[in-house]
Amino acid sequence: MIKNIVEIKKEYLLAEVQKLKNSGYRFVTASCVDLGTEFMIYYHFDKDTEMKHLKITSSKEQEIPSISEIYFAGALPENEMKDLFGMKIKGLVLDYGGKFMITSDVDAAPFSKQTQG
Amino acid sequence: MSDKKTVIPFGPQHPVLPEPIQLRLVVEDEKIIEAIPSIGYVHRGLEKLIEIKDYHQNIFVVERVCGICSFMHALTYCEAIESLMDLDVPPRAKYLRVIWSELHRIHSHLLWTGLLADSFGFESLFMQLWKIREIIMDLQEMTSGSRVIISTNVIGGVRRDINSDMLGKITKSLNDCVKAMKRIEKVLLNDYSVKHRTVGIAVVSSEKAYEFGLVGPTGRASGINQDIRTTGYAAYGDLDFSPVVETSGDCYARMVVRIKEVYQSIDLINQAISKIPDSEISIQVKGNPEGEIVHRVEQPRGEVLYYIKANGTKNLERLRIRTPTFANIPLLLATVPGSQLSDVPVILLSIDPCISCTER
Repeated sequence: MIKNIVEIKKEYLLAEVQKLKNSGYRFVTASCVDLGTEFMIYYHFDKDTEMKHLKITSSKEQEIPSISEIYFAGALPENEMKDLFGMKIKGLVLDYGGKFMITSDVDAAPFSKQTQG
Repeated sequence: MSDKKTVIPFGPQHPVLPEPIQLRLVVEDEKIIEAIPSIGYVHRGLEKLIEIKDYHQNIFVVERVCGICSFMHALTYCEAIESLMDLDVPPRAKYLRVIWSELHRIHSHLLWTGLLADSFGFESLFMQLWKIREIIMDLQEMTSGSRVIISTNVIGGVRRDINSDMLGKITKSLNDCVKAMKRIEKVLLNDYSVKHRTVGIAVVSSEKAYEFGLVGPTGRASGINQDIRTTGYAAYGDLDFSPVVETSGDCYARMVVRIKEVYQSIDLINQAISKIPDSEISIQVKGNPEGEIVHRVEQPRGEVLYYIKANGTKNLERLRIRTPTFANIPLLLATVPGSQLSDVPVILLSIDPCISCTER
C-alpha cells in the first residue's frame, strides 16, 4: 500500500506544494484517476528516496490550480492530464492547449470514463 | 547580418533521432532563441489498454512500452503487483532479475553512446560501440530466447532460469566486453573532436537539475547523488555499489556517467553470479490484487514510477507510468534556447530520449 499520503483539499494544494519545495522535496509526477464524477489526483514527491504523496479530489467541472509555477516540471504531467482526461487546470506556465499528447483527430479526453463507448 | 528569425522544425523525422519528437526551433542566425518540444507521434494509449486486460496479460503490454527498457518495465509492474498481493518472490528469481536488468542497462548505454557518436558524425565509433553491444544481445538471446523483448518476468518470479553453464558464459563474455570497452573508452573520453562537441555544452547545475526533477544518468551528471537501486528492490540490497556521479553537468559528464555505469553493471552482474542462491524461480499466484501502490525502479534512463490502483478484480482500475525521459524533458527547455543550432542534436541525445516510453 502507499505510505506517506497526505489528503488535502484542493484549495490548499499550492500552499502544501510550496511547503514541500521549501523542505527540499523533488517533484516526481502527478497521477490521475477518473472516479466517474470526479478526479482523484496524486502529486508524488521524493526526498532522499523517501516518497510523500499529496492527494486531492475534485469534481470534473471545477478547475484545479497548476503547480507549475512552483515546480516547472509539473507542467508536463498537468498538460498530459488535461489532454487525456479533459481536466480543467488553471495557471499552467507552459500550456499546450490540449495538444500535448493527442492530435485534433483524436476524441477529446480519450482516457475519461465519459468518452468510453 | 539578417535580424529576421527563422523557425526550423527539428524532427519529427531527423537522421539523429531514433524516435519521432519535434523541436520547433526559433533561430536567429545560428543561435536558438526558443525551443518548444512537441510529442504525441507514438502515443499508443497503453495505460488505457491495460484497464481491459487481465493483470497477468498486462506484463506483455508494459514490456512493449519500450524495447530498450522492456525488462525493467515488466520488473516494475511485477514487483508492484507482488507488493500489493504480498507475494514472497524466491531469492533466485530476484538475482536473475538483477542479472537481466543490468544486461539491459549495458546494452542501452552502449546503444546510446553509439547514437551520440553518430550525432557528431563519428560513424566508425558508432559501429564499434554497437559491435560491443552485440555481445550483450547474444547473452540476452542465450538466456531468454530473444534479443530485445526478453519476456522473462512473471508475477511471482521469472519464467526461465539461467544454469551454471550460461552463468559461466556470461562472465566470460562480460570480460570480453570490458576489454573492448577499454579500447573504445580512450577515444570516447580523450578525443579532441568528441570533447569539442560535448564539454561545456548544455550545462545544468546541481540546483537546477534538482529543481527540474532530472533523474538517472542525466541527473547524476549534474551531481544529484540518487539511484533507485539503492532502495534495495530485487536483490540490489545484497550487492555492493554506489551511484555514479559527475559534477560538471554538461553533455560530456552525461556520457562519462553512462560509460562508468557500463562497468558498474558488469561488476553488479559478476557479484550477482557469485552470490545467486539455489531456489525455485517462481511461486504460484492466486487471487487478484487490491489496493493502491507506487513502485519505482532504476531504468537505464533513470527512475520509472508505476502507480497502480486495483479493485480486487482481474482488471486493474488504473496504471499510471512516469518514465525517466518524461522527467528529463525540462532539460531541453532550459538548455536548447541560447545554444547553437549545431549543438541541438547532441543536447537532445544527451538526455538519452526514449520517446516510446515518454508517450506510451
